Amino acid sequence: MKYLCLIYSDETQWPKLAKAESDKMMAEYMDFTESIKRSGQHVGSNRLQPTHTATTIRTRNGKTSTTDGPFAETKEQLGGYYLIEARDLNDAIQVGSRIPGARYGSIEVRPIAEM
Amino acid sequence: MGAEDAIAEIYRTESRRVLATLIRLLSDFDLAEEALQDAFATALEKWPEEGLPANPRAWLVSTGRFKALDALRRRARFDASLEQIAERLGHGVTLPDPDEESVEDDQLRLIFTCCHPALPPDARLALTLREVCGLTTEEIAHAFLSTPPTVAQRIVRAKAKIRDAGIPYRVPEWAELPDRLDSVLQVIYLVFNEGYSASSGGSLTRHDLSAEAIRLGRLLVDLLPEPEAVGLLGLMLLHESRRIARTSAEGELVLLAEQDRMRWNQEQIVEGTALVERSLASRRFGPYTLQAAIAAVHAEASTAAATDWAQIVGLYDVLARVDPSPVVELNRAAAVAMRDGPAAGLVLIDAILVRGDLADYHLAHSARADLLRRLGRTGEARIAYERALALARQEPERRFLERRLAELTAA
Repeated sequence: MKYLCLIYSDETQWPKLAKAESDKMMAEYMDFTESIKRSGQHVGSNRLQPTHTATTIRTRNGKTSTTDGPFAETKEQLGGYYLIEARDLNDAIQVGSRIPGARYGSIEVRPIAEM
Repeated sequence: MGAEDAIAEIYRTESRRVLATLIRLLSDFDLAEEALQDAFATALEKWPEEGLPANPRAWLVSTGRFKALDALRRRARFDASLEQIAERLGHGVTLPDPDEESVEDDQLRLIFTCCHPALPPDARLALTLREVCGLTTEEIAHAFLSTPPTVAQRIVRAKAKIRDAGIPYRVPEWAELPDRLDSVLQVIYLVFNEGYSASSGGSLTRHDLSAEAIRLGRLLVDLLPEPEAVGLLGLMLLHESRRIARTSAEGELVLLAEQDRMRWNQEQIVEGTALVERSLASRRFGPYTLQAAIAAVHAEASTAAATDWAQIVGLYDVLARVDPSPVVELNRAAAVAMRDGPAAGLVLIDAILVRGDLADYHLAHSARADLLRRLGRTGEARIAYERALALARQEPERRFLERRLAELTAA
């Protein structure tokens, strides 16, 4: 099964990290990504730019409105994702728990709907 | 014993195991439940004439599986996708292994799946009681003061999540075990507590649920003798040993110190204490074992006055480190009051209440009231009892507090 691991954290904390800390975190992410590529579980992954770059679109009755920012104000924001291949939810939880962001924010694991 | 009695007996002892194996073979809870019913219906037809098979459980599993595949193929005439499922299930699946070990593994798989932390807590409870214990939705609703449609809906949603999110039917791997076992122990202890001290209502205990929790605990210890599983079983048995003594003939609550210890169940105490020692010896024990060890210290005192309070305070110290919580602190304070006198305990309870942690917890106020009473501070004791009474929901507890208030007024 495929699962999407959504990485949520408080993005306001990111600029406050010291250079050494953010380098360490980047290295951890690279190690993790490398490890799931080796195990064949990596399908795709991306880091997102912060929410101040976000635009929300709604089309109603044929009319499109665009607004600034994410749809909902929350303490933690979506900052990136991994799309993984896992045997089952337990397997996906194992992988998700190793995402470095799990130690700072939270990871939401969602199965991909098979068509 | 006639064939029908024999079948009823086999249903009682084997149906949950047969179901657990059918869920593995059919990868579907609902299909497995139908298959189980079909298998027993077929047994009722055939066994009275043909006699009991040599291995009834294996017979029921293979009959159930056959019936399920048959039903899928019949439905497949209307839905081509079911054909594929039937094909897949029909092939490559070995016939049920009569080997005890794999069947027991199925029961363990079922427990871990029903208690999966990805399911909401109330759904874990309902699903475990339904699938592992075989309670009806009506029984579960009655036990947890809910309605059968609510319970049924919870179970339907849980099964949908198991299917759609890919919650597996397997025993967790070693690395996952601590987290997953915790969730299983929590469900079992919740069932026990709901039976031991019903959260509201007239009767203090609902024996069936406690018995069911102890049965589950035994099953888990048989299948997976992890220290905390052993400790939890010990804890439940040691609490259960006092069941008769904690309620008077009139249905009133009797405090530990005032219980007739001759009425404690010695058999359960011996078994519970041995389990505690076994878990402690592993050196991998946790909060359940520590709570059980505290219960065991109470159990070994022949009178309330003979209780080894120093040892109990020591165990609470460890418990507060392993599993800190305001309730543990409160219990520790009560033990300190017994060891060092009511004034020492009162200081600790007041500190907890000042933090606001247990401000709405009736037992915190009744414990405080009790210490004030023993210190002769009657006026303050009365206010604290009244506060406890305003918060208590269970009838026997309310009557107990009312009696204490009346005693204070009379004195």
